[in-house]
Amino acid sequence: MKDKLAKEIAKAIEEAVITLPEDVEVALKKAYEIEEGTAKLQLQNIITNIEMARRERKPICQDTGMQTFFVEMGVDFKYRGIIKEAIIDAVKIATEKVPLRHNAIDILKGKSTGNVGRGMPIIHFDLIPGEECFIDIMPKGGGSENASALKMLFPGDGLEGAKKFVLDTVARLAPAACPPVVVGVAIGGSADTAMKMAKMMLLRKIGERSEDNEIAAMEEELLGKINELGIGAMGLGGKITALDVHISISSRHPATFPVAVAMQCWANRRRRLKIDGDGRIWNIE
Amino acid sequence: MEHRIKLPIDDVRFIHAGDIIYIDGLIFTARDMAHKRMMKEKPPFDISGSAIYHCGPIARRNEEWEIIAAGPTTSMRMEPYEHEIIRKYGARIIIGKGGMGSRTAQACREHGAIYAVFTGGAAVLAASKMKRVKAIAWEELGMADAMWAIEVENFGPMVVSIDAHGNNLMEEIRKKAIEKANIL
Repeated sequence: MKDKLAKEIAKAIEEAVITLPEDVEVALKKAYEIEEGTAKLQLQNIITNIEMARRERKPICQDTGMQTFFVEMGVDFKYRGIIKEAIIDAVKIATEKVPLRHNAIDILKGKSTGNVGRGMPIIHFDLIPGEECFIDIMPKGGGSENASALKMLFPGDGLEGAKKFVLDTVARLAPAACPPVVVGVAIGGSADTAMKMAKMMLLRKIGERSEDNEIAAMEEELLGKINELGIGAMGLGGKITALDVHISISSRHPATFPVAVAMQCWANRRRRLKIDGDGRIWNIE
Repeated sequence: MEHRIKLPIDDVRFIHAGDIIYIDGLIFTARDMAHKRMMKEKPPFDISGSAIYHCGPIARRNEEWEIIAAGPTTSMRMEPYEHEIIRKYGARIIIGKGGMGSRTAQACREHGAIYAVFTGGAAVLAASKMKRVKAIAWEELGMADAMWAIEVENFGPMVVSIDAHGNNLMEEIRKKAIEKANIL
């Protein structure tokens, strides 16, 4: 069963690095229509590249990313004992088959160990009721990962301070993160959970708004302001710097006010799988 | 303006920031570890008059090496080294993405070099302009960090961000964005 799961998950990794989700492609094409000049040329290259990758079955970007998984596992999921190993095996299979670039560098040895090694791949687990298991796959590029930021604001800085930090971070770091980017923001919680939640916001679809009206309004406000910064595709100037902004808000300790920003490049690669109680695998998105 | 450039090239002063360029000839990939190593030892190839490409490709060894995907990586990580590569080894064109800083811009002005941007992430498009791998050196650094000598044809379109006249297009855009973020 482990081999079967590994093979199926490897297929999903392959799809994730070769084809973009529909919402991303639609958003990029919309940006192409809006832009002019240099920015339009960048988006034209991007759209051509997406089509070539799909046709030739090659990875969209040579940086096939850190293989990152968010697993929501039912407490009664039959294969809970083998799922972690199956994911690691899947990464090994995909590395050979696609192929993926060798992106796990052992820091002490200074050598690449493929895509598995100390702490790699990155797997987050969460428990849910029931016997099913959901896996979000996010091959995360290094250029956009370097555009991550965390700041522990003073509580007095408040939400205004948080928005200011997001805007400043995007202005400074988005040019090197292959814009148009998707911006994930988390406010509150602790330093570590804020960073994780910010990254999980990148799993949301472009155009999907927070269920909370106040947060949804903040997402739209920030997206509007980010697109006034003039960074544009590849930082060469333009109207569309971000395709979307997704915000998560948690409660905070009286003394703290964490704000975390995660960015995803235009190659916003992701896949979601469901494994049912009988071990059958379904591509959900 | 659009230019088609044959490498190696002596003078790039006719090229200006904002121009579009396409390249023919031999280019050399180099990213973090290769740049660091070039501070201590000579590059394994003669890069004078040629182009350095900030890129860690995905390649597959069949009978010959096949470049599968080879878009640019973030250039700013090479900022501490690039001015030396331009000054010491005479690279004329630096290719990458994300922009470079003042030390590189200064070296471009003093020694007559440019920095051009290939669309980040457009890795299959970039690979389609690569005709063959001529050589690979420093392979022990790994697939991404090794230095690849690659024959390219009509490699582009690239946008010139830094020219030999003191312009740094992307840095201007970034500075304005930071100022604007402050008042929005």
